[in-house]
Order: sequence, then C-alpha cells, then structure tokens
Amino acid sequence: MRARQVAAIRDVRDTAGLWRLCWTLAWLDIRLRYRGSMLGPFWLTLSTATMVVAMGLVYSVLFRMPLVDYMPFLALSLVLWAFLQSTVVEAGGAFTAAEGMIRAQRMPYMVHGVRVVLRNLLVFAHNIVVVVGIDVVLWIWPGVAVVLVLPGMAIWILDALAITLLLGPLCARFRDIPPIIGSVMQMAFFVSAVIWKPSQLKDHEWLLSFNPFYTILEVVRGPLAGTVPGWDVYVSATLYSTLLCAAAWMLFARVRGRLAFWL
Amino acid sequence: MRLKAPHGRAEVNVSNLRVDFPLYHGNARSLKKMVFHSVSGRMGADKNNRVVVQALRDVSFTLRSGERLGLVGSNGAGKTTLLRAVAGIYEPVGGQLRVTGTINALLDPNLGMNPDLTGRENIALRALYVGMPAAMIPELEQDVADFAELGDFLDLPVRIYSAGMLIRLGFGLATAFHPQVLLMDEWILAGDANFMVKAQARLENLVRGAEILVLSSHAPTVVMDWCTRVLWMDQGRIKADGPPEEVLPMYLGAPVKRGD
Repeated sequence: MRARQVAAIRDVRDTAGLWRLCWTLAWLDIRLRYRGSMLGPFWLTLSTATMVVAMGLVYSVLFRMPLVDYMPFLALSLVLWAFLQSTVVEAGGAFTAAEGMIRAQRMPYMVHGVRVVLRNLLVFAHNIVVVVGIDVVLWIWPGVAVVLVLPGMAIWILDALAITLLLGPLCARFRDIPPIIGSVMQMAFFVSAVIWKPSQLKDHEWLLSFNPFYTILEVVRGPLAGTVPGWDVYVSATLYSTLLCAAAWMLFARVRGRLAFWL
Repeated sequence: MRLKAPHGRAEVNVSNLRVDFPLYHGNARSLKKMVFHSVSGRMGADKNNRVVVQALRDVSFTLRSGERLGLVGSNGAGKTTLLRAVAGIYEPVGGQLRVTGTINALLDPNLGMNPDLTGRENIALRALYVGMPAAMIPELEQDVADFAELGDFLDLPVRIYSAGMLIRLGFGLATAFHPQVLLMDEWILAGDANFMVKAQARLENLVRGAEILVLSSHAPTVVMDWCTRVLWMDQGRIKADGPPEEVLPMYLGAPVKRGD
C-alpha cells in the first residue's frame, strides 16, 4: 500500500524531470497531424471559426438573442468545451496509444498523461484566436474579472491531468469504456449550458450548480466573459475537482504497476 | 555516450521474482461481464477463473560488476519477460528486484522511432527519452550518423528508408548509450552478414563498457563467447545456473565449441 504510493509519487517526480520530452511529444503530435498541409495547425482555428459563425447565425435566431450578444458567448463556450471534450476523450487513449513506448523502455507513466494534456492545450491555444478575434471585431473587453481565469485554469489543468490518470488505466483495462465516454460527453454538451445561456433555464437555474461539467466550464468561461462566477460555482467546481483528483490518484497508485500488462 | 553519472558499482539483485501475465481476451476485457458478475456475486469466481500465465516463478540470482549473464531456453520460457522485469517495465507480482546503476535495454529496435520524423529528429527524440541534456545532442547525432551512414537521408522521414537503413539507424541509436547494466534481446544479433561485421565492433565496445550484461539468445556460440554465466530458463523457472561450459551442453544435449 505504502510502497505503491511512494512509487506513484516517484512517477510524478520523474515525469517532471522529463518535461522537455512531454513537451516535444505533444508538439510532434500536433505537427504530424497536420504534416504537409498548408495552414498546418491553423486549420483548427479556421474550422472553429466556421463552426462558430454557422452555429451563431442559426442559434441566435432560435434563441431570439441579438447576434452581437450571442456570438462572443458561443465562440468562447465552444472553444472551451472543445478543450474539455477532447481532453476527456483522448485521456482514455493516453496509455493504449503509447503501448510501444511503454513496453520497450521504463518510463514514468504520467509522461503519457502530460502529453495528452499539453497536446490539448496547444490545440486550445490555436482555437482561442477565434474568441480573441471576435472580441476585437466587436470591441469587447471582459474587464478586471479576467484575472479570475488564472485560478480557473489551475483547476482545469489539475483536472485534466487527473482525468488522464483515471480514464487512461480504465480504458486500458476495459476496452468498452471509450464509447461510453464519447456518449457521456455528448450528453454533457447539451445539458451543461454550452450553447445556451444559464439564464434561459429561468427558475431552474440553481440546478446547474450540481452539474460538474457546467461549474468546471464556468470557472474559466465566466471570467473570460467578464462575469465573476458565483460562490456556488466555485464550491461545486472545487468539490468535484477534489473528488476527481482523489479518485484518479487512488486508482493510478493502485494499478500503475499492472498497466504494462494490460496493453 | 554515458548515461548520467555512474552510481558506483552496478548490481542486479533478484530474489523469488514472480511475474504473472493476466490474459485479457474477449470476455475478460468486457466491463459488462464484470458488472454482471459483481451484481450476481460471482466476481470472485471471475477473478479465480481468469486465465493467468505464470511467466516467471521463484527466479533468484545476483549479478555483480563484471558478470555477463546469458539467458537460454525455448521460446516462451520467460527470457524476454525476465529482461523486461529487470529493465523495470514489468513490475514484479511477488519477490524482490533491485538494480543499482544505469540501465539500457535493447529490447525493441524501433523503440519510440516515429516513421514520420526525419532520422535527425528521431535521434533528438531518443535523447529526450533517456533524459540527455540538450547540449549533448549534437554529439549523439554525430555518433549515430557516422555509424548509420545515412548521408542526406538523415534529413528525410524514416518512413522512406530502406530496411537496411532502418536497422542501421535503430541499431546505431540503441547502442549509442553506454550504461552500467546492459540488457540485450537477440534481435540485436540478427542482421545480414555485411551489417554484422560493421555492428560487431560497436557492440563489443558497448558490452565491454558495461559492468553487467544480460543477454537473451538462441545462438549457443554467442552465449559461449560472451557470457561468464548462463541461466537456463524453462517454463518461467530457472532450470540450471552456472558457467557456460556446464550449462550449455546440458541445455543442448551436445558439447558446444567456442566460436572464434
């Protein structure tokens, strides 16, 4: 029991020592995905922009909201959600995708988790350009609330690492979990106030603070949209994140030694 | 090229090592099956019925600086599993395993090699894998490039290399790091005659530099020439342990001559 904890802590420490490797692997993933294409990773930016404009035009009519109001909200929500969604989905493949590396050389396991998180942060950095672009065109400045994005991002990065350590081993052991993750994330997209505004729920808005996807999204989205998230959002996001991190650590420490056999 | 600072004298200490391979085929991987079993209270039964291959059993030995161990045995006897366990890839299910000193395991010729990257980029990537400081990368590049004789191909994607070029790069890269404990699987000795002549010197240099060698091989002459001790593995257990002159004839059922 104790030995497992020590081994897991050592794993994290060794991973920190290999940060250059993690960074290079993440960057190579992006580069190779767009190898030979003219725009390279900026295809991501372009496709996000197209999606935002198309959805913005339709949904602003559906929801009867002014386009200048709805478009910046939608752009921000979609870009942030894309990060959450792809991180969670790719977390499941963190170890199975690195099978060759794991079976050929001793290496801290967390390297593969960090690689997934960094890769998605890089994609995110390309997508956020769309949000900034729309804000510049519409002359929107979120205001001082934007500094709250720092604690928000800290929560996100911790959660993202935790989710790779949780879903990575689970998906390596049980090969039918990835499709489940896919459908859960799809459902979460519709119920978590991503494309609609929380205020549209009217009397039922309070229910949203029990939805971990919503509160975790809101700790970053709120500040970037210029609003300070309520205390209920912070309490809920912190609580869910703590649970996630605790579960992830317990699982990772427990099964770390068995991972190589599961691939 | 040395890996980090040497840790004093190298030593490999294995006692009562046990490694089990769970076999997850079709059913055992299914979450549904697990859930239904646990609901119907048969989870324990599932656990017991799971097919487990006993890959290593009661393996004990100690290697001190200067020892060269050869692993012999039929396919599936546990040689590669033992190498992987010593390399730290498979954690033991039972028993103790302690390795002092830097390790380099030549188990997979294409370790971490990405076919879409150029030869040069692959070399840099491998340097990161072993945690080599950035300042040493040009030296490594030079060393590998000289051996692999890739010329202008070094800056082209590995995907387009011929089989020969690929094995030269893989071999050159794998043998570029000089550890205290060297683990080798037999692939390293496979290759056409031309290549082997060239590779021999580099490999011998590597082996001489290592304090401890563990070599898994099917070729008795190689084991006879290189090793000071032989472990005969059979069905995951040690069947015999001793100098090559004693163990190899037992294993082969015939006397072995030293190569030249």
